[in-house]
Amino acid sequence: MGLLEVDRLSVGIGRLTLLEEITFEVDRGEILGLVGESGSGKSLTALAIAGLLPLIGARVTAGAVRFDDTDLTRLDEYRLRKFRGRRIAFITQNPMTALDPLQPVGEQVDVVARLHLGLPADVARSRTIEILTQLRIPEAATIYRQYPHQLSGGMKQRVVIAMALAGEPDLIVADEPTTALDVTVQAQIIHLLTSLVRERGLALVLITHDMGVVAQCCDRVAVLYAGRLAEQQGVRSLFAAPAHPYTHALIDCIPKDGMARGSLTGIAGSVPSVAHFPSGCRFHPRCIGRQSVCEASVPAATALPGGAVACHFPLNGDARHG
Amino acid sequence: MATHDMADAANLLVIDRLTKRFDSGAGLFAPRRSMTAVRDVSLGVSRGSVVGVVGESGCGKSTLARLVLRLLEPTQGTVHFDGVDLGKLAPRDLRRARRRMQMVFQDPYSSLDPRFTIEQVVGEPFAVQGEALPPGRIAELLDQVGLAGEIARSYPHQLSGGQRQRVGVARALALRPDLLVLDEPTASLDVSIQAQIIKLLQDLKQDLGLTYLFISHDLGLVRYFCDRIIVMYLGAVVEELPSPSTEPRHPYTRALLDSTFSPDPGKRRHLASLTGEIPSAFNLPKGCAFAARCSRASSRCLSERPTLTTHASGHRAACFHPIVADEKEPS
Amino acid sequence: MTGAASSARPALRDNLFARAFRTKTGAIAGGWLVLLALAAIFAHLLTPYEYDIQQLSAAYSPPSLSHWLGTDEFGRDLLTRILYGARISLSVSVISIGLSVLAGMVLGAAAGYFGGRLDRMITTVIDLSWSFPEILVALILVAIIGPGVTGTMVAITVAYLAQFARLTRAQVMAIKSETFIEAASGLGASHRHILFRHLLPNAITPVLVSGMLATGDAIILEATLGFFGLGAQPPTPSWGAMMSSGTALLFKAPWIIIFPGLAAAITVVSINLFGDALIAGLDVRSRPRVE
Repeated sequence: MGLLEVDRLSVGIGRLTLLEEITFEVDRGEILGLVGESGSGKSLTALAIAGLLPLIGARVTAGAVRFDDTDLTRLDEYRLRKFRGRRIAFITQNPMTALDPLQPVGEQVDVVARLHLGLPADVARSRTIEILTQLRIPEAATIYRQYPHQLSGGMKQRVVIAMALAGEPDLIVADEPTTALDVTVQAQIIHLLTSLVRERGLALVLITHDMGVVAQCCDRVAVLYAGRLAEQQGVRSLFAAPAHPYTHALIDCIPKDGMARGSLTGIAGSVPSVAHFPSGCRFHPRCIGRQSVCEASVPAATALPGGAVACHFPLNGDARHG
Repeated sequence: MATHDMADAANLLVIDRLTKRFDSGAGLFAPRRSMTAVRDVSLGVSRGSVVGVVGESGCGKSTLARLVLRLLEPTQGTVHFDGVDLGKLAPRDLRRARRRMQMVFQDPYSSLDPRFTIEQVVGEPFAVQGEALPPGRIAELLDQVGLAGEIARSYPHQLSGGQRQRVGVARALALRPDLLVLDEPTASLDVSIQAQIIKLLQDLKQDLGLTYLFISHDLGLVRYFCDRIIVMYLGAVVEELPSPSTEPRHPYTRALLDSTFSPDPGKRRHLASLTGEIPSAFNLPKGCAFAARCSRASSRCLSERPTLTTHASGHRAACFHPIVADEKEPS
Repeated sequence: MTGAASSARPALRDNLFARAFRTKTGAIAGGWLVLLALAAIFAHLLTPYEYDIQQLSAAYSPPSLSHWLGTDEFGRDLLTRILYGARISLSVSVISIGLSVLAGMVLGAAAGYFGGRLDRMITTVIDLSWSFPEILVALILVAIIGPGVTGTMVAITVAYLAQFARLTRAQVMAIKSETFIEAASGLGASHRHILFRHLLPNAITPVLVSGMLATGDAIILEATLGFFGLGAQPPTPSWGAMMSSGTALLFKAPWIIIFPGLAAAITVVSINLFGDALIAGLDVRSRPRVE
């Protein structure tokens, strides 16, 4: 049983269904990668876990988000706040907008600890500096007093991570935490997050569109497409033998060493918008292996060793049966 | 050394000792500051090749792209296009020269006028050059970049990011240029769409015999797409790789390579390859700009600026302590 | 994938007004303005009275069936004079704000696009005039040119110019940094092409909306000048002058001041409400995506 269990979660806005029967779980000390192109529903899943769907006028229509055996979808806003920011922390994509430009960054980290742990100001302050130091921020006491505009992008993202850690959470949901950063800094942040999970026994849901990032640090992977779960597996088997053609295509989008020119083709077309979801398997218009049944009926999730796939004609069938 | 490629007639584009300094205007309360965005960059791009310029934010790669196309005036240095010094051209001649060199921009959202239909965007080059639009040319261009003719009447915001970038490519191709400067054409797109666009660019190059200067922050992509690679750090070239498979000599190139995440969980890297971040271009260190982040740095690196030295044919690096061929990467 | 493209609507500018009319307040406010404009244009067909024929026997008649809004101290029908007054008020404010927008855009675009010394010169002049209240600028100008319709128009044009020049300049500067401007210069586009094909079309909408709102202010300014006797000269009716003559008779014949005032107030409020509806419809990127 995982720390976080997303169980057949469906999310809607008005009459439109944005997410349909999303299921995955993540346990302490584990990193789950939530992958897909923009528009696949990754960030929406994060909002659903955070109970922030009302912000965009959406709501959970079915299923549950169980955190430590409490169904978060049944909590009111008041009780939800005991979880959000305290036991479940969020890291957003853009560190530039996640920080208040008018407050020293250290104080913004303090606030979390004072609010959620009820620490007095001076204790919170020394704890903040301790966390900043742990995040390999040089001269943490100096950084503490600086304002966001005085810090580089990577440093700001570290401060955002420090804010997430300040409430001593059990679970962190990070939505594309490195997309806005330079590549060498991205590598640093990913390694930092990984070591936090391993050392502190945190659970991490890492939302990304980059299969390279997933391969580097995740333990399990859930692949979303157009609001549905396409495939879920352990990271090694997923990359060794992706069962869903979409997963396969996504992996093939990253250039690899020694790859022949012209072998990178991408995925034709683009993710459909909610109003134009195709019938049957939603990936069928872009799928190279589609058959007539793919357009006609929605593929049910079938079990894989250590995972599941929703496809009428999963790949590598032979390898798996053997 | 700056003229290493100059004599070669096969070069469509020759950049020689190009430097661009920006002065931030001295205001009432702000002192005048100046930063060198591009410092002493020389390179040649031979006809039909793809030269990649790679580096992180602030390395000057986008400024370089704009200097090449004369969208910015260089502080020093020259750009020769097909043997002609662009800096010596009269405005009228420069306008004519622009037909042969075009740019594809990073942001497919702001690079198209929101009030133009796709038809108008792709037809604009003809209007600007005072030329009649050949009948059927718009449809032909849209088809060339893999777009259906019906979108001609749409507005940019009605298209997806990938579609918009294709429109940007179609606009660049309209006047049948020889050189395309591609400024991070896929950086704001999903990886799946990025691969589509790269494939498109590859096909177009083949079909139309184009030459590309490809600007990117992604060394993995550059190694896949380019024939030669120029690595920039804080405005200067730190290494030139004659082929995408050349093992890097410069520690920065090595670090960039190590920061590229391979989509293979079997090849995990357990150490962050670099610490620290890029220093501000407003106060560059006296010595090697990379020294502060470099594990190989010596006292010499802090006091003296290394220049590009040739290691093998076409392989040059600006480093006092280059990585030698059989050396394992430092751990 | 691109099926919806053919049904794409024409440029936003074309139906911005239509969209404002579709909102409730937009429809009521816009309706009043259209009605008033029509009534002003066809005033000579709508009323049996003349605006300048005095009929002292009927002076100070309160509202009645023959004089719906009553008569003034010279026995002239108030409704008639309000309608003819609308001609002056509306045309003076619309024409002078139109001229003001035009001149302001030229100055603001030149300053914003070319920058440098030209920008500093224009900005300095604009900032100077911006630091005086419009009414003061207008009063000084009328004092120089002399009272009357022409003087009022020049005064209003100049008084509001700074506002439009500043707005255009800010718009142009923002749009100038967009990549599509760089793309156009990369194609070899001339300054003229960039200014007239890209910058102004993208900058114009907020300026037009602000011009619309300023028209309301201009009606008040025109009325104010008229109130001080500096606007249209008797017997030409103007709302301001009518109110001015009504002040002395506030208790004897209150309708003389109330009805022109009410006409001006409703018109100004309508212009503001309609302007708000326009602004609400301004979001450029609100149309659907092509799938």
